[in-house]
Amino acid sequence: MTLTGCADSLLGFILVTDMIIVASSDIATCIRATALQGVALSLLPIVLWGQHGQLIHVATVSVSALVIKALVIPWLLFRFLRSAHVRRESAPHVSRHAAALFATALTAIAFYLARVLVLPMAMPSTLLVPIALTTILHGLFVLISRRLAITQIIGYLTLENGVFIFGQTLVSDMPFAVELGMLLDVLGGVFVMGVAILHISREFDHVDTHQLSSLKD
Amino acid sequence: MLIALLIVLPAAVGLISFAVGRMRFALVALSATAAFHAVTTTLLVASSPRVAPVGMIWTLDAPGRFFLSILSLLFVLVTLYTVSFLSNATREGTPVPRHFVPCLLWFLTAMTVVTTTQHLAILWAAIEATTLTSAPLVYFHKRRGALEATWKYLLICSVGIALALLGTFLLGVAASASPAGGSSLLLSSLEKSAPGMARPWLKAAFVFVLVGYGTKMGLVPMHTWLPDTHSQAPSPVSALLSGAVLNCALLGMLRTFQVCLAAGEAGFARQLLVVLGFGSVAVASALMVGQRDYKRLFAYSSIENMGIITVGIGLGGAATYGSMLHALNHSLCKAGLFFVAGNVLRAYKTSAVHEVRGALGRIPLSAGLLIALCFAIGGTPPFGPFMSEFMIFRSAMQGPGLFFAIPFLGCLAIGLLGMCGVVFSMVHGEPKSDSPPLKEPWPLLAAPALALACVLVLGLYVPPLVAHAIELTARSLGG
Repeated sequence: MTLTGCADSLLGFILVTDMIIVASSDIATCIRATALQGVALSLLPIVLWGQHGQLIHVATVSVSALVIKALVIPWLLFRFLRSAHVRRESAPHVSRHAAALFATALTAIAFYLARVLVLPMAMPSTLLVPIALTTILHGLFVLISRRLAITQIIGYLTLENGVFIFGQTLVSDMPFAVELGMLLDVLGGVFVMGVAILHISREFDHVDTHQLSSLKD
Repeated sequence: MLIALLIVLPAAVGLISFAVGRMRFALVALSATAAFHAVTTTLLVASSPRVAPVGMIWTLDAPGRFFLSILSLLFVLVTLYTVSFLSNATREGTPVPRHFVPCLLWFLTAMTVVTTTQHLAILWAAIEATTLTSAPLVYFHKRRGALEATWKYLLICSVGIALALLGTFLLGVAASASPAGGSSLLLSSLEKSAPGMARPWLKAAFVFVLVGYGTKMGLVPMHTWLPDTHSQAPSPVSALLSGAVLNCALLGMLRTFQVCLAAGEAGFARQLLVVLGFGSVAVASALMVGQRDYKRLFAYSSIENMGIITVGIGLGGAATYGSMLHALNHSLCKAGLFFVAGNVLRAYKTSAVHEVRGALGRIPLSAGLLIALCFAIGGTPPFGPFMSEFMIFRSAMQGPGLFFAIPFLGCLAIGLLGMCGVVFSMVHGEPKSDSPPLKEPWPLLAAPALALACVLVLGLYVPPLVAHAIELTARSLGG
């Protein structure tokens, strides 16, 4: 397969995982989809920039992304899931079928936006910007439409993954330490949020953020 | 070199005190680090060249120097208060979590990175780190409300800040269109390539950065987490959140504003800033009237003041100087107010306004400080905020004119009256039970008193050293 073909199929795969995350109500499925998305993401730097003669730099970015996004974060999420005693998103604000429809509409919007905003530099794949925007919009949609704290973390991760895809446009100019700092921030975020979930489930006997509404004016 | 020390040392001390885990050790380590931070910052600010060297990731330019100095001063005050606060908590049987002091130190590290870096991606990572290191601090009083506030803080700010990262990347994309340079995210190279940047991408970048860091600054309508978090956090943490973190987020936003200035797109950015800032002032001052929780009251006042600062930067000219001066004034006042709020909480065990009566009889010194600080932040002479708000108001008269300046002044007046109304109902009246005056440890009074003294000095006369630092900062922000 050519390089463009590789990049396109990876990005297509990311779109599929996006759809699974939005439309599935089984939390374990969502976490597995996140892990798969992490694998695809971590291959992107190599496919997009591997030819440009910075192989070591690009490969280190890929490996650290693989470890953090495809292994450590899903593992953490599974641990938090087990201790939170929930398996399904039983009553989301938007039903599963409606969510799938919304996700499709958001994808269309993202592709339209990407046609309007043309990248000033040449990239191996024309799908990069639309898929990045799609992932960001899907992440935001999950954040709004779900009630359980753990699925909201998944929404945040999806959003962050979308930003990561967009960041691929700049990989060659980014020092590795900066790249690593950003990955570690996401890891730290998931960890601290997960610990908060543990406390919430112990204190309230549920992880439904809709019921976290005692503070108001 | 000194910068590296300033960043690494607090982080290392944090690790050590986490490993040791003894309260007494942690408090000594905290005090020593605060003193070290203040001394090193003074040395750094005195020794750093007036014009920052170009092309370096770690260096102090005028805004960095200014905000680092505020941070360091504030951290000393917070440490003074925290040591006494935690000793009291231990004595009264409230368990202090082992991670409390280490998180405070890592929090300081993250904020120091924000002020000392010139690389916008590192800046982003550090601002996200401030959220992560301060979230465990919010959950100090193990109450349900505190847990709810921690969750909202983490989720809303992380999402907002993720959008700011998108904005930062968009800035890099915009720069790659410029003939003058690559897509490096160093501030100096971005400023160099700014005139040739792709306009739609630059504008999109500023919008995303403003929404993202605006969330962390508490600008309306992204402010929803702020009153909850600042009211539920323990008082010294609220002081740090209001006085220092909001400034860090502001600095993050200003960095992109600097690029817009260099690109000649300041007009677009300024319009957005004025609209968003004025909205924050209006909404926050309306919500302060009749507020039932005094810590929420001070949190809304933070939103109002961040709005004032944002409006000032948007107006430009002399207002930029005014809004930087106001950032300093607000940090000091708000830290002082949250310290006093902690003292009131200590005496009355509640943050509900209607249960606090007769504070002047019960805790006379704290109540006096509360009244003075309330007038100060409300913008009455002879305190500092009056001067800075007046400068911004004058620019509003000269720039947009009466139709903007009068509603702006009206909102400020509503905020002042709302705040005074609530505070007076707390300090006057008869205490519910016949309780004798409570003895207050001196550090719990010294910290807010020092803050008040600084604000008073700033209102009467701005020392030339400070004025010069603010002037240089304002100049790099187009003032």
